Amino acid sequence: MVLASGPAPELSVPAPMSATRSLLMARLRTIREMPLLAVFVLTILAIMAIFANVISPHDPTLPVEGVEPAFFAPPMWAEGGSATAILGTDFQGRDVFSRLVHGSRVSIIVGLVGTLVAAAIGTAMGVLSGYLGRWIDTVIMRITDAWLALPALIFAIFLATLLGPSMWNIVIIIGAIFWTRYARVIRGEVLSLREREFVKLAEVAGASKFRVMIRHIVPNVMNTTIVLASLTIGVVIIAEASLSFLGVGVPPPAPAWGSMLAEARPTLLTGRWWLTVFPGLAIMLVVLATQLMGDWLRVKLDPQLRNL
Amino acid sequence: MRQFIIRRFFYSIITLLIISITIFSLVRIAGGDPARLYSEPGAREEDLARMRAQWGLDKSYPEQYFSFISNIFKGDIGQSFQFNRPVRELYFQRFTASLQLSAGALIFAVIVGIPLGILSAVKLNTWWDSLGKIVALFGLAIPNFWLGLMLLIVFGLYLSVLPVAGKGGFTHLILPCIALGWYYAASFMRLTRSSMLEVLGSEYIKLARLKGMPDYVVIGKHAFKNALIPVVTWAGIYLVLLLNTAVVIEVIFAWPGIGSLLYSGIFQRDFPLVQGAVIVMGVLIVAANFVVDITYAYIDPRIRLTR
Repeated sequence: MVLASGPAPELSVPAPMSATRSLLMARLRTIREMPLLAVFVLTILAIMAIFANVISPHDPTLPVEGVEPAFFAPPMWAEGGSATAILGTDFQGRDVFSRLVHGSRVSIIVGLVGTLVAAAIGTAMGVLSGYLGRWIDTVIMRITDAWLALPALIFAIFLATLLGPSMWNIVIIIGAIFWTRYARVIRGEVLSLREREFVKLAEVAGASKFRVMIRHIVPNVMNTTIVLASLTIGVVIIAEASLSFLGVGVPPPAPAWGSMLAEARPTLLTGRWWLTVFPGLAIMLVVLATQLMGDWLRVKLDPQLRNL
Repeated sequence: MRQFIIRRFFYSIITLLIISITIFSLVRIAGGDPARLYSEPGAREEDLARMRAQWGLDKSYPEQYFSFISNIFKGDIGQSFQFNRPVRELYFQRFTASLQLSAGALIFAVIVGIPLGILSAVKLNTWWDSLGKIVALFGLAIPNFWLGLMLLIVFGLYLSVLPVAGKGGFTHLILPCIALGWYYAASFMRLTRSSMLEVLGSEYIKLARLKGMPDYVVIGKHAFKNALIPVVTWAGIYLVLLLNTAVVIEVIFAWPGIGSLLYSGIFQRDFPLVQGAVIVMGVLIVAANFVVDITYAYIDPRIRLTR
């Protein structure tokens, strides 16, 4: 770093910052550049999911007491609504707001854990396939191609029919279906990493294949994995909602946004719009936020993926 | 070229083989015992054994797989438990309805997506481009079934201008096609935009401009035609995807297509039906991919050389 010396220059030169301070500034700059809307929505979602019991005014699975009418009460600002159930009640007299708040848990758990499982399997497969090559590569890539050929939703429905409805089954299904996308991309990355000097040097120095993969390859594909993961979370959340909507996702009476929409469907044309509007808005906002976040991460972490 | 086709064909066969193995083993691992599933609780063990023998479930797995495959080649993809009829018959009975819906959705997606993609590429960094980006973002973020439900509420209930369910005249197609095509409109938009940008940056476009051609000729005649190649080839794959993945939309709009058939299969835990439909779908998609690969290689010789 060049320090200002001699007579005071015309332009004021900022005093040299201490290392911690400049690091802090860099962090702050990173935070300032984050997409605000996305951060805002995701923070609220996280708070909702963590403190669901505190935030929701009623039990999400039981009818609310003291609301007139007990069933299908409209939101509080609409005619006939009451402040007890701010977003109204559903066909069993349950509080829509409380169900929305609790439903965020399902979306967040399936979205995060499902994506994590898929990313872990996919990255492992991609690294194995790309680094070991030969027949392992052929086998893994043929399976990847075949599984990619089946449309995700149909494959998920097929698996869900076999496994039966439960939240953890959905996580397994998501992991089993979405790993292929990671495997493809990561393998390509590993193919070029494999030829780089640091990997060759590690091999010459006598590192085992396993060690090379864990210590040298995996850390270098992590950015790609993170970017892909942030971009798939939204898809995963919609997949979960679709499965729950079809009745093969999270079983009732547990609240999930997709099943809330499914429960609203029979009375859709009777004017109970709040049962359909709010869960859908919730899904849309969350997916939008993860998508914006993913785009931002992509530009931030991996210039090569910018045009993906 | 011939070598390329042979290699691709070989790959397609392997892909189909793996799909069939996957489906076969998943059903055997996770599906449970069909005999128990389709008999009264507390059925006698001999009766269960007889049912298994009737379905060939008493044989070893390789034997079962072999008969599964040879049946597929004979065009027999199983018998629906629920309807007690061949799955193939049920599937192709619904085919026309699904084709109508998916073609409609594709047309909607093309009409919205391609012009918007071209505009946002040509008028880069203007508000057209911003509009395109917003459409692309919302195309991913709005779940198609929610869009369908909202369209029903707005146009079916409050404005009551369009029919809300079932198959009928042209008006019955409008809402489901928009709901189904929305996501693909956004896809087409992104595809057209990036393909258009690539072409617009190429040498021959610069030459055309240098020759003093008016902008609309450069864009309309030279850029657009070439930019459309990837878009058109993708449209083929999208059609096959739309045909088979419209489950949720078909359920919402009570459309009698393949999707609602699958849905009834899910609800009744009718494995052979779901399995058979997935197999036909797999064959169609692999075939579509094969055709697209070949078309691409035909258009762009560079592809033939890469693996």
